[in-house]
Amino acid sequence: MGKVVPLGGNYAVAYAVKACDVDVMTAYPISPQTTIVERLSEFVANGELDAEFLHVESEHTALSVAIGAAAVGARAYSATCSQGLALMNELLYIMSAMRLPMVLTIVNRALSAPINIWNDHSDFMSVQDAGWVMMMSASNQEAYDEVIIGYRIAEDPRVLLPVITSMDGYIQSHVVEPVEVESDEDVLSFAPKRRTWYVLDPDKPVAMGSVGDPNYYYEFKRQQWEAMKEARQVFDEVVVDFAKKFGRRYSAIETYMLDDAEVAIVGMGSFMGTIKAYVDRARKEGIKVGALRVKLYRPFPADDVAKALSNVKLVGVMDRALVPGSPTGGHLHSDVIAAIKQRGLDVRTIGFIAGLGGRLLTMDNVKQMVSALIKYKDARELPKEPIFIGVRE
Amino acid sequence: MSKPITVWDLPRDELLAPGHRMCQGCGAAIAFRHILKAAGKDTIVVMPTCCGEITSTVYPDNAWRVPWIHVAFENAAAVASGIRAGIEVLKRKGVIPKDRQINVVAIGGDGGTFDIGLQALSGTLERGDDVLYICYDNEAYMNTGIQRSGSTPMGAWTTTTPVGKIWRGEWRPKKRKDLVAIAIAHNVPYAATANPAFPLDLYAKVKKALSIRGPKLIHVLSPCVPGWRIEPDKSVAVGKLAVLTGMWINYEYENGVYRVTTPVPKRKPVREYLRLQGRFRHLSEEEIKKIQQLVDAEVERINKLIGKEVIGPVEG
Ligand SMILES: Cc1ncc(C[n+]2csc(CCOP(=O)(O)OP(=O)(O)O)c2C)c(N)n1
Ligand code: SF4
Ligand SMILES: [Mg+2]
Repeated sequence: MGKVVPLGGNYAVAYAVKACDVDVMTAYPISPQTTIVERLSEFVANGELDAEFLHVESEHTALSVAIGAAAVGARAYSATCSQGLALMNELLYIMSAMRLPMVLTIVNRALSAPINIWNDHSDFMSVQDAGWVMMMSASNQEAYDEVIIGYRIAEDPRVLLPVITSMDGYIQSHVVEPVEVESDEDVLSFAPKRRTWYVLDPDKPVAMGSVGDPNYYYEFKRQQWEAMKEARQVFDEVVVDFAKKFGRRYSAIETYMLDDAEVAIVGMGSFMGTIKAYVDRARKEGIKVGALRVKLYRPFPADDVAKALSNVKLVGVMDRALVPGSPTGGHLHSDVIAAIKQRGLDVRTIGFIAGLGGRLLTMDNVKQMVSALIKYKDARELPKEPIFIGVRE
Repeated sequence: MSKPITVWDLPRDELLAPGHRMCQGCGAAIAFRHILKAAGKDTIVVMPTCCGEITSTVYPDNAWRVPWIHVAFENAAAVASGIRAGIEVLKRKGVIPKDRQINVVAIGGDGGTFDIGLQALSGTLERGDDVLYICYDNEAYMNTGIQRSGSTPMGAWTTTTPVGKIWRGEWRPKKRKDLVAIAIAHNVPYAATANPAFPLDLYAKVKKALSIRGPKLIHVLSPCVPGWRIEPDKSVAVGKLAVLTGMWINYEYENGVYRVTTPVPKRKPVREYLRLQGRFRHLSEEEIKKIQQLVDAEVERINKLIGKEVIGPVEG
C-alpha cells in the first residue's frame, strides 16, 4: 500500500519520476509543465534522487540530451508542452526510429497563435505521427501511474520505443487530488532498470543513426510498425501486472454506460469526468447515452474502440484540437471512424470540437452535444463538419 | 616543455576505416583520422548531419571503429552532453565501472557549428559539460551541395553566393565570426585552431584537450575538393598555404594564455592561397587586396594577443 498524499498532477508525476530512479533529467520551463521540473530539481538538490539534471537552453536540446543519455543506457526523462513540444518535433521522430526508450510527459496546452497557456490537446495531437507510445490520463493518480507504466513499456525489449504520458494543463497539473504514492522500492521492483537496448560502449562499438538509403529505410520503418503492435501487447500485460502490484486497474479505453447506449460521446483526458457526470444526469432522464475515454492513443486501440461502440447508433467524437481543412476537423474523430469502418461496422459518427485554448466544458455544453446526438440519431444526413461546442459564432 | 612529437609517435591504429566514401583528398577525412589517433578507442563520437556523417555511415557500412552516433543537424553538442551525463551517472550508480575513462567527442561541420548548432553548442560550453567539440570547417554546406555558411570567407563562390553580374561570391565584407573567441567567451579551459596539413599539431591539441576536464573546442580548417574547386592532390598544399599566408593561424588558448603553435616568420601573400582554388578564381586585384587587408588585421590582432610578433610580415 502506498501513502495517500494530496498532490497536483505535476508533483504527482515528479514523485513517479523520482521513484523510477531516473538517471538523466532535462527539461526547459514552460507553463503549465514548469512545476514538474521545479520539483525534480528539488529532489536532486536535496540528494533525494541521484540523477544528472541538465539545465538546457531549449527543448530541442532537452530531447537531444535525453537521446544521448539513452544511447549510453541511462534512463532518461523530460517534460514539456505546447511550443516546447513543437520545438522538439524533429527529434521525436528521430528518437522513436532510433528505438531509444524514455518517458516524456506532456502537460497538454494549446499551441500558438494566439499564444495561450491554457489546456487543450493541440500539442499532444500534433505529435501523433511521431512513433511514440502515447497515453493520456484523466486523473492525477493516473498521471502518476502512467510514468511507471511508461518505463515498463518503453524498456521492454519487444518494444523499445519512447513513451509520452500526459495530463491536462492546470485542470490536472495544478489541481490537488489525493494520489497514492508508492514506495520507491515497490516502483523500482515493478519497473526495474534493465538496459535492454544497444548502447554506445567502447568495448562493443556500434554506429547509431546511420544513413538509411532507399535499400534500407523502408525496413526500418516496417519494424517500427511491428514495435507498436508489440507495444499494445505489452501495454495489456503491464496494466495487469500493475493492478496486481498496486491494485489500480487501467485499460486502453475506459467505457461508461455503453452496454445499452444508443448514443455515446468519445473523448480523452479530464473533460471525460464532466461527460460522465452528465451521462449520470441524462440517464436519470431516461436518455440512453454512454461515454468512452481513450487512454492509450498510440498504438490506437482500434479493436477495443470499435467493439465497445458496435451497438451504438450514433457516436459523437469530441476533439480538443482542431485540424483546419481535414475531413473531420479532429484527429480522434478520424481515428474512431477508421477503427469502425475497417471492421465493417455500421456505426455512424459526428464530430464535436470543444475546449480549445482552455475554454471550459460546462454541463450545458455536454447537454448540447447529447441533444445533437439525439437529433441526428435517426437522421439520414449527418453534418459533414464538426459541431463547435461553446464557441461564440 | 615536453619533447615535440614526431610521426613515429602517432599510434598505428586506424580507427577510421578505409572505404569511407569521403572524396579523395578530403581534408576532413585526414582530420578525422588524426583526431581518432589522438582520442583512441575509448571514445564516443557524435556527429551532426554533415558530409562526414553521410559519407561514413551508410547503413550497413560504418567506417568508425569507435562507438558513433548521429541524431540531427543542430544538436551534436547537446547529444554529446547527454552522453557525458549518462556516463557520469551510470558510473556513480555502478553500471559503468567507476575508473572507466571515456572521451566524448563531437565532430561537426561549420554549418552545424557556426549556424544551426550554435545554440546547442553554447549550452554545452556554458554548462561546462566534459565534452570535446571539434568543428571541421570546410567553409560551406558541402553535404547539401556547397551553399554558403556563416564561415564562408569573403569573396568565395558557393552555389548560394554565385558570381553574377551583381554578386561576386560571398558578400560578408569582414572576417567571419570568431568561433574560438565565442568558445573562450564561455570561459572554457581550452580552445584551439588546427589544420590537417599540420597533423602532428592537430594530434597534440586533441590529446591536450582530452586531458582537460570540461568543455573544449577545436576549430579545424578542412580543405574540400569539390567545394573549394581544388585538385584532390592539393588539399594538403592548400591547407599549408592557408597557414603560410596567414589566412589561417594555428594557435591554442589554455587557461587565459594564447600560444601560436605554427609560427610564420615571413608570410606569403594571400594570392598564393587563393589562386589554387577555383572558388576564388573570379576575384579582382582590388578584391584580393581587401582580403589581404583582412588577413593583415587578423595577424596583428593575434600578435597582440601573444605579445610578440609570431606571424611576420608578408615577404617582399
Ligand atoms: C534542420 C535541418 N536543416 C537542414 C538540413 C539539411 N542539411 C544537412 S547537412 C547540411 C549542411 C551541412 O553543412 P556543414 O555543417 O558545414 O557540414 P559539411 O557538409 O559542409 O561538412 C544541411 C543544410 C538538415 N539535415 N536539418
Ligand atoms: S565534399 Fe568536401 S568535405 Fe565532403 S567528403 Fe568531399 S572533400 Fe570532404
Ligand atoms: Mg561545411
